[in-house]
Amino acid sequence: MKFTHRILNDRAGYGWGPILMHWLIALAIIGLYPLGLYITDLTYYDPDYRIMPHWHKSIGLLVLGLLALRLAWRMINRPPQPLPQPKLLTAATHLVHNLLYLLLIVVLVSGYLISTADGRAIDVFNWFAVPALPALVENQEDVAGAVHYYSATALIVLSALHALAALKHHFVNKDDTLKRMFGLRKA
Amino acid sequence: MKKLISAIALAATAAATPALADDYQIDTKGAHASINFKIAHLGTSWLLGRFNTFSGDFSFDNDDPSAAKIALEIDTASIDSNHAERDKHLRSDEFLHVAKYPKATFVSTGYQDNGNGGGTLKGDLTLHGVTKNIEIDVEKVGEGADPWGGYRMGFAGTTELKLKDFGINYNLGPASETVYMDLHIEGVRK
Repeated sequence: MKFTHRILNDRAGYGWGPILMHWLIALAIIGLYPLGLYITDLTYYDPDYRIMPHWHKSIGLLVLGLLALRLAWRMINRPPQPLPQPKLLTAATHLVHNLLYLLLIVVLVSGYLISTADGRAIDVFNWFAVPALPALVENQEDVAGAVHYYSATALIVLSALHALAALKHHFVNKDDTLKRMFGLRKA
Repeated sequence: MKKLISAIALAATAAATPALADDYQIDTKGAHASINFKIAHLGTSWLLGRFNTFSGDFSFDNDDPSAAKIALEIDTASIDSNHAERDKHLRSDEFLHVAKYPKATFVSTGYQDNGNGGGTLKGDLTLHGVTKNIEIDVEKVGEGADPWGGYRMGFAGTTELKLKDFGINYNLGPASETVYMDLHIEGVRK
């Protein structure tokens, strides 16, 4: 086994572009969920009361941009050939992957819709601002807030399942599923 | 036939005049009524907000002001402080808990006229599931025929509420324990 030198995916394995985007988004999901729960528990006089939500929103919007790039990349540069496994598991794998993408979109968009419900823009690390869209529903901040919470919870649960499945491939099936997500290929 | 018509007319007049003469519906449809509040922000400045949705009726007889009555129902989720994230927080279980307490009500229990066109209105305010008898300082703003064939009467009122009295215990700091209510109602005579 050795590390690939490719940026793009090919039929045999992932390139560094999609690998990097995958792990950055994984890191964001793992970090933003507990951070989100933490900020809803902050009291008014907590020194983090203003800064943590600012970071949560900033990172979330950067992830939304990264996700857009990742999906576009996926359409142009297809993922490698799926590794052989029973038909039913192949179908389940596809379903989970598609659901992960869908939930990511729902979580990120609903988060955006909370903070922009009154027409305010969101500052991304005081670097640039993402403007608001016209409100879609009445009390949008509450509706979007509920959607954000439940979809994020579903996403973290499904991500855990995704991780367990990867470990199952590695330790039980002893195939290259996890290895190729780290850029390792058969020499 | 003639008898019947006059009987109907008589009944109609009887029903329309004295009993209903002093009953007013608060003009929320035309938004000539406001339930506003202010609370200190860190002791530095005032944060203002309002409840956008409410309805109510009052009755007021100039010859017998002490018989004045009012009943109001406020949609707590309609709180509006001009900031969606704050409004979301205010609707949550840390403040108004609107999912559990969607309505706040005020029902008057008495009115004491001060002889200067104002008075003290007492009544039961139910907010956040807690009912407390409060006093509102009332000032009559005016009354008269409107240009569209109706008759209107309006009042302004102020009162102070301690958040803790209504079981809202979120710590906003020592300067921000009292909410000052600023009430404006205009009624159209029924």
